[in-house]
Order: sequence, then C-alpha cells, then structure tokens
Amino acid sequence: MSNPKVMAYRRENGRVGIRNHVIILPLDDLSNSACEKVAFNTKGCKALPHAYGRLQFGEDLQLFFRTLIGTGANPNVAAVVVIGIEPEWTNIIVDGIAETGKPVTGFSIERHGEIKTVEMASWKAKEYMHWASELKREECDLSEIWVSTKCGESDTTSGLASNPTVGNAFDKLVGMGATCSFGETSEITGAEMVCKERAATPEVADQFMATFNKYQDMIDRNKTDDLSGSQPTKGNIAGGLTTIEEKAFGNLQKIGKTINYVGVLDKAEAPTGKGLWYMDTSSAAAEAVTLWAAAGFVAHLFPTGQGNIIGNPIEPVIKLTANPRTASDMKEHIDYDCSSILKGEMTLDESGDNLMEMLMRTCNGRLTAQEVLGHEEFVLTKLYESA
Amino acid sequence: MIQLLVHEKADNVGVATVDIKTGEAAQGLYMDSQESFEIKTLHDIPLGHKIALTDIAVDASVIKYGADIGRVVAEIKGGEHVHTQNLKTRRW
Repeated sequence: MSNPKVMAYRRENGRVGIRNHVIILPLDDLSNSACEKVAFNTKGCKALPHAYGRLQFGEDLQLFFRTLIGTGANPNVAAVVVIGIEPEWTNIIVDGIAETGKPVTGFSIERHGEIKTVEMASWKAKEYMHWASELKREECDLSEIWVSTKCGESDTTSGLASNPTVGNAFDKLVGMGATCSFGETSEITGAEMVCKERAATPEVADQFMATFNKYQDMIDRNKTDDLSGSQPTKGNIAGGLTTIEEKAFGNLQKIGKTINYVGVLDKAEAPTGKGLWYMDTSSAAAEAVTLWAAAGFVAHLFPTGQGNIIGNPIEPVIKLTANPRTASDMKEHIDYDCSSILKGEMTLDESGDNLMEMLMRTCNGRLTAQEVLGHEEFVLTKLYESA
Repeated sequence: MIQLLVHEKADNVGVATVDIKTGEAAQGLYMDSQESFEIKTLHDIPLGHKIALTDIAVDASVIKYGADIGRVVAEIKGGEHVHTQNLKTRRW
C-alpha cells in the first residue's frame, strides 16, 4: 500500500515544508526593532524577535548560531532577511541559511543607522514576498513531513489517551518511513531505564544515558530544593499527576509501542536519516519546540491535559487533549479532542488515525488553533551567562 | 458508565475519568484486559486524580503503568484519594 500524499512546498534542497513563510530574522536583541518595522512595512512576512545574540561564547554561542541558522533553513520558510547590528555574525547566519539554496540576504545596522537599514531590508522583503507568493504546493509523500512531539500541562488524561494517541500516530508514521522526534530530557526522570530499552542499538542506548545523566547533573548542581515545585508543575498537580515518575511514564506513551529511536540529537541538531530520533531538550514547551523547528521539523503534535496554549512562528503546533473539561472550556486552543477514549467510545487505533487525518489537513494548509490565535513563542535555549 | 480506568492489571491505583463522589460504587475498567470492576470510594475523586484499588502501606510503592511511580508517605486505604498528601517521588 502506498503512503498518503499531501500538498506541500518542495524546497531547493529537496526538503518538504507545509508553510511558506518569509521571515525577518534578527541576529541580536538590538535588531528586533528594525525587524518588526520591516514586517510592518511588508505585509505577510514575519519578524522573529528574541532576547539574545550578544557576547555569547563557546558551546552556548554554537547553539545560538545553530538555532538561528536552522530556523531560517527550515523548509516551512521560503526566504529570509537577516538583520544584525554588525556584519560579521550576521553573515555567519546568512551563509548558514544559504546552504539550503533558498533566497537569503543580510543587513547590518552599524554605518547605516536603523532607518536606512529598515528601508533597504523592506525592499528585499517585498521582493521575497512577491516571489514566495507565486510558489506552488505540489504532491509530496506524507513520510517526507518531519514531525516532532512534546506534551505540556499534562495530567493523567495525557498518559491515558492523548499521549498514546500520538504514540499510535508515531508508530504509523515511522512505519511508513517518516522522520519523527521526541525529547524532554528532564521529564523522562523515573522512566529512563524504559526509555533506554527503546534505543535501536546499545550504542544509541549509551548515548541516551550519557545525555540523561548530564542533564540530571545540571539539575543537581543548580537545584535549591527537591524540584517538586517545578516538576511536576502546579498545573500537572492540579490535574492529578503526583510525581515526576508518574509524569515520565505518561510522557513515554508518545513514542508508541513498536518503534525504536535510531539516534540521539543535540539541541537543534538535524537528524541524518529516517526514523524516530531522541533530542536533548528542556521540557519547557516554547524552548523545546523552537529547538525542533531549528532542527528542521515542520509539524508538531502537542498533547495537553490542563491546557498549554503554546505555539511556534514557523512550525505549526497541532494540539490535542483527552481531558473533556479542557476540550470544552479551552476549546479555542484545541485542534483534536480525543476525550471519547476515556468514555470507552473510541479506541487508540481510531484516535491515532484521526490525529493522522488532522496532521494531513494541517500539511495541506489548514491553520492550527495556535496559528489562528497568533501564538508565536520563539524562545531560544541559553546554556549559561553571556561574557 | 466507566468512571475510572486502570492502565495495567499490576497497578494498585486507577484514574477517575469523571468526578466521583464519596461513597459511590464507582465503575472501573482495566485498559489491558478490558476487565471491569467496582470500587467503593472513601473520598471525592476529581476527574484525572488517582484512587487506591487496595490498601497500600507506608514506604510501599504506588504502581501505575505497571511501574513504581513513588513512595507512600501516609497509609492509604483502598478507595482513598492518592496524591501529594500520601505519595512522594523517589527522585530529586
């Protein structure tokens, strides 16, 4: 049986995107204002303001560059204007994005001032908008869509139904040759031995444990109490989750029953082949989804219990819940309600199929709740203080 | 109507899928075996919260997903609400 097809954008490097954004990407905090002015002048493009980019160094700087380059390189992005205070780091981002073959131009504010820079960048953004608006969707295989997952504001309904629904869809997607990813290193605490067993090879299992232990050491170094005030979160506890172990076993329901992960990725690192990949991420929703978007993932499956409302500016976030209360009193945030599983009126297999259907509709252009509501949390992960 | 679900036969807690009142004969279902059962509740159990299926002693484990999800810190009777007042993490 052949895989389902979706109508999507095939980019210059062969990767497939489901959105057609022209983004105005600031190198640094100082350039946010210019980017927002360009996006105001040039309707349809999108500025991605953020808080960092000055005096970072070492591994933290490498992650910062990888995240910005990866964001511009993401196949959901058609073209990029980069604005920075100075040309040198600006060009590092431009050159990194240019490797995909997509249109990208950098501007620097020093020696021009902001007003002149905004004028020059607005002309380029206008040219890109006209060009991108004539690109056509074409038939692509569903397995070409890279899909990430993490959950948020989980409760016990997440472990019972919405996370296993994602797991069922992941079993099917990976089975048809797709590229998928999960992560949330701290939220595997208590279930790490079960996660280790899901590695495809002993080498990958060792890599996972090394990543897990490194994260635990970071938490041990910095914690001031037993962390039970943060993990589980107040929302988790209100929803009935009591311990991090309980949350972790619920979390792992998202990776299904039949698939193993083929590799461990650093933050914002792109996978090198098909299959399920583990990425070392924080469990904070906006930070984690920003890292997956930067790694090249184009659609995100986000189960929530109590109602996390996160979105991302370039990677559509499809939200599902099994909590009937959330599906009712927060319904504007929910794309797929799977609460009938809890009433025994729907099987997990049917629910996985329904989620795949929503994924395909999203690929074909249906805007997610998060996109329509304008939730565009672009949050960079920072490893330590700037110099 | 199902009022609580249990992930696996080995578990000693179930999860309320609706709000359950004290003293109700709540209708439960094991998700793995599809076997149904009834349990009398000793507390109000809000939707999503856990109910003990058996008595569980201090220092014993609460089992959910067939796995240890933490240590009992105050004696639990079958039918009681299981949450932060009687269950703590073994980590951190």
